[in-house]
Amino acid sequence: MTAAGTARHRAQRARRMREVVTPEGIALPFTVASRAARAGALIIDFIILFVTAIAMAIGAFYLATSLALDGTAGGEEAAEFIFVAYTLIWFVLWNGYFLALEMGPRGATIGKRLAGIRVAARDGGRLTPEAVLARNLLRDIELFLPLALLISASSGEMGAAGIAGAAWFLVFLLFPCFNRDALRAGDVIAGTWVVEAPRASLADALSTGGAAREGASTVTGAQYRFGEEELAIYGEYELQTLEGVLRDGDPETLEAVHAAICRKIGWNPGRGDERAFLEAFYAQLRARLEGEMRFGRRKADKFS
Amino acid sequence: MKAPILRTLFGRAEVAPPPDVEAAALRSDRFRLEREGDWRRLDAIVARMEKGRLRGLSDEDVLALPALYRTAASSLAVARETSLDTATLAYLDALVQRAWFQVYGPRQGFIAWLRAFLGGGLSRAVRAIWLDICVALAVMVAGTIVGWLLVMREREWFFALVPAEMAGERVPGAGRAALLESLRAQDEAAGLSAFAAQLFSNNAGVAILAFALGFAFGIPSLMLLLHNMALLGAMLWLYHDAGLTLEFAAWLAVHGTTELFAILLAGAAGLHIGRAMAFPGDRSILAAAAASGRRGAQVMVGVVIMLVAAAVLEAFPRQLLGTEGRLLIGTTMLLAWLAYFFAFARKRAPDAGDGA
Repeated sequence: MTAAGTARHRAQRARRMREVVTPEGIALPFTVASRAARAGALIIDFIILFVTAIAMAIGAFYLATSLALDGTAGGEEAAEFIFVAYTLIWFVLWNGYFLALEMGPRGATIGKRLAGIRVAARDGGRLTPEAVLARNLLRDIELFLPLALLISASSGEMGAAGIAGAAWFLVFLLFPCFNRDALRAGDVIAGTWVVEAPRASLADALSTGGAAREGASTVTGAQYRFGEEELAIYGEYELQTLEGVLRDGDPETLEAVHAAICRKIGWNPGRGDERAFLEAFYAQLRARLEGEMRFGRRKADKFS
Repeated sequence: MKAPILRTLFGRAEVAPPPDVEAAALRSDRFRLEREGDWRRLDAIVARMEKGRLRGLSDEDVLALPALYRTAASSLAVARETSLDTATLAYLDALVQRAWFQVYGPRQGFIAWLRAFLGGGLSRAVRAIWLDICVALAVMVAGTIVGWLLVMREREWFFALVPAEMAGERVPGAGRAALLESLRAQDEAAGLSAFAAQLFSNNAGVAILAFALGFAFGIPSLMLLLHNMALLGAMLWLYHDAGLTLEFAAWLAVHGTTELFAILLAGAAGLHIGRAMAFPGDRSILAAAAASGRRGAQVMVGVVIMLVAAAVLEAFPRQLLGTEGRLLIGTTMLLAWLAYFFAFARKRAPDAGDGA
């Protein structure tokens, strides 16, 4: 990876990082959800809603026709009742699905949960029911009105006025693309934003066992000790990449990384003991970088 | 022996034995292993709260939550400066964030919120946008007058203002008898509940649109009000021309006082947002929009409730009652709404339940 490549990779992530200071003064890191994740969440939610609606419609239709064809007295009234119930349930479902789930303790619809994102108040306060209401009331003009107008404008029925209307509403549809925090119009008037809600489980500490602790391989008994200049070639970025490789534990990757490091520090790569070598290298590199860190010296990557 | 099986299947994983802190070669890993137990406990409490199972939390857990949250937050601050273990940092980031959402999460359930909302929150929100209500009312009155005057001058305007499928037989030149017939009470209630349900979902859609369009500085909201009221003005002129003003007013008043009031509030709520964004005062535009949006959203919940009432009134009393009954119900409803919005819950603190 080139210097520009690593820098770009980190810059892209850093661009979505925000810090919110909570009322008690703790700076809490947030990552603004990517637009792709939000679009995906919305699509999942709509699939859920539409499948429910179609299932409900089919059920209501069968119920109504069987009642109406029955011919007994009151069959028509029952069918009418089913129609009323369907209309009302659909209204409640369409508007209530987003409201109820976003007001819940997770602050996310099913789609948002699957995409690993949630709604939060922008000012670091609590997410109030009013805010959830406000952001959801605007969905229709942001999404369905622009789409409907686009379709009618492309058919040419409304002429220039249709095109102008579609362009005007496109501003709403594309609103999230024109601001840093990917706010949609509903987020603006509700004072909310959508952030990533990571759920990480605590992985094992890497330096408690194996070659990381003793510097010696349990397979071959070989001792791995790295010198100052051998450890000096890498920085934090490479360390954390190595951590990922060790946690994944994929043998082929281990072998490739082992070979790359050996080439770089001028060792003669052996075979069969890659994991112990990398664990020892990881532990010693991390000890060195963390030691430097305590004195305020940080090395971001191998280029710095 | 059922219980042990169930516990292993559905219970949480057993508590891990205390980690061997001395086994870690790195200082940052020792730091982590010393505090891991607290983090995991916080994790378990937060996971329970996220599932909404507050009843299952013991008192000790509830009491420990704020302290555990602060511990985890300070661990995170220290770890950021001393540790390069991405797994630990990512875990702490996520844990502190999740705990924060629960510590500062909504304390009220939906029912409690609804009670506070109906018991004064809605009335206060409506009173807070009084200026916008005045503007929207003026626009609606102006729209009616414009509709009336346009059709009076030139009858062709009627066809421009009122869509043909809606007008039906009610067009200029229709006989008095035909117009009277369209206002007549029906004898039975069959089919009316379906009519009401459709009316409601249509009107609620229009009201939400009027509100949402306020985002564009309120102008489209006002145009929507103007257009709809011009239509009403044209209809009014039609019946006036046939000498049926009172009958038409009664026919309209049954649900119209509720429905037009609701549309007025929806337009005013939209205008409120538009006005706050155009003239934010000494706040930032985003802050002003957020404050007005939350207030407007409360008004909109009231609007939806009013529209449910309007649809029921439109389907049943209007189709089944005569002129006097219609006028009586319409006036009563108007007075009831006015009293609820402008005279109810005046003494409470203005900020309670405002939720800003």
